[in-house]
Amino acid sequence: MAVEILELAQSPQDLVLVGIQRRGVELAERLARLIEQEEGVTVGRGAIDITLYRDDLELVGPKPVIGETRLPTDLSGAHVVIVDDVLYTGRTVRAALDELADFGRPRRISLCVLVDRGGRELPIQADVVGKAVKVPPGARVDVLIEELDGTDAVNLVEAHTSA
Amino acid sequence: MSSALGKDLVGLEPLSADQIRLILDTAEPFKEVSERPIKKVPALRGKTIVNLFFEASTRTRISFEFAEKRLSADTVNVAATGSSVSKGETLVDTARNLEAMRIDMVVIRHGASGAAQFLGERIRSNVINAGDGKHEHPTQGLLDMLTIRDTVGRIEGVKVCLVGDILHSRVARSNIWGLTKLGAEVAVCGPRTLLPRGIEALGVRVFGRIEEAIEWADVLNVLRLQLERMEKGFIPSLREYYRVFGVTAERLARAPRQLTIMHPGPMNRGVEIDSRVADGPHSVILEQVTNGVAVRMAVLYLLAGGRPELAVAAKGASESPGGGGGGGSE
Repeated sequence: MAVEILELAQSPQDLVLVGIQRRGVELAERLARLIEQEEGVTVGRGAIDITLYRDDLELVGPKPVIGETRLPTDLSGAHVVIVDDVLYTGRTVRAALDELADFGRPRRISLCVLVDRGGRELPIQADVVGKAVKVPPGARVDVLIEELDGTDAVNLVEAHTSA
Repeated sequence: MSSALGKDLVGLEPLSADQIRLILDTAEPFKEVSERPIKKVPALRGKTIVNLFFEASTRTRISFEFAEKRLSADTVNVAATGSSVSKGETLVDTARNLEAMRIDMVVIRHGASGAAQFLGERIRSNVINAGDGKHEHPTQGLLDMLTIRDTVGRIEGVKVCLVGDILHSRVARSNIWGLTKLGAEVAVCGPRTLLPRGIEALGVRVFGRIEEAIEWADVLNVLRLQLERMEKGFIPSLREYYRVFGVTAERLARAPRQLTIMHPGPMNRGVEIDSRVADGPHSVILEQVTNGVAVRMAVLYLLAGGRPELAVAAKGASESPGGGGGGGSE
């Protein structure tokens, strides 16, 4: 995936990898490290939490948890790559695009996801996909990351077992 | 419809320790929103909020208004003077008329204790108490707690002394309820005439001398001497009050540890607090003001959202709760 991002980028030093809270942030950090090893340049990183940009506040649940948003002060001219674990309806990415627009005008925004599970509700596609799987609605794709969950794994959870 | 906090925020007394922690934790990310180049997120887009202020207020009203605007809500300010209230309309009639214009929330400041609860029980909109008589001023209590947590690093076990006019102070009451629920040790210090009788029953220590309070405390929350009530003879004179209870640099110099100084404002310099203390390196008075916006954003956000029944329905329907691993962000 790191190589594909490099192929996408015209100049790696303009890259800013922005992870979506929570697991996208760790994935962005890993990709940034790989690109830095490969190219010997420093790659910008950021994290965004899109909770406040959702179009369904009332569906968030009784105890919304809002993560940290930290971005380089000005994104104008940068090539931003949004990194997330799972691409599903596309609504998270829509919210992330809105939020990024409030931090400047990037030259280009790309999207990189570990798993594309289909089921889009918006006209959004990823530029870099780790793996595409067809998952029926109702089932869940859980991405586990060593930094947060103690192990690296992608689990498919059937509808009836979901919490 | 009930959020994690219920329909209204009337005071800190009815809240649980977990609910208070939820508000403080939710306020953290909102601090960052106010540091952005574009200080606005769309979370409350389309919500209409009325700020209904029956008593004078600068800081609290502006703070609420900033909080509302930074969440993209539409806001209207109503002051008692210049509205139908001055023509004799009752509180409930005023609110029902506002509600007939389809509003979502009311922020109310009123001179009568219990006004916020009274209103909350009679209208469908969410009601937030911005100070009611001598009862409570919950968002001030919350911002004081957030400031203590920022400065000291925790609330549990911290010794906080409220100094001055406890009798007339809704800020004191909200502080006492909130801080004791989160495990802080709370004391009050002031002239006997300005301490409510039976205050010990709230689980607070009482100091009659400011020197004792300074020796004991980690944090002093210096309350405003409510000058407008002083003609009733609670204290002999302002000068005497300053001499006996004023928080001065000389008194603080004798403290066994470095004290954090707070004041909810507006300050009477040279009455309850020495200017050198108010502007000194251990004063967090302006941090309190900054935190006020974040805490109010958190309260508005939590009251507006979080309908558990819809959240459960949504989980089963089109969207997985995390999009990814347990509770992510799809």
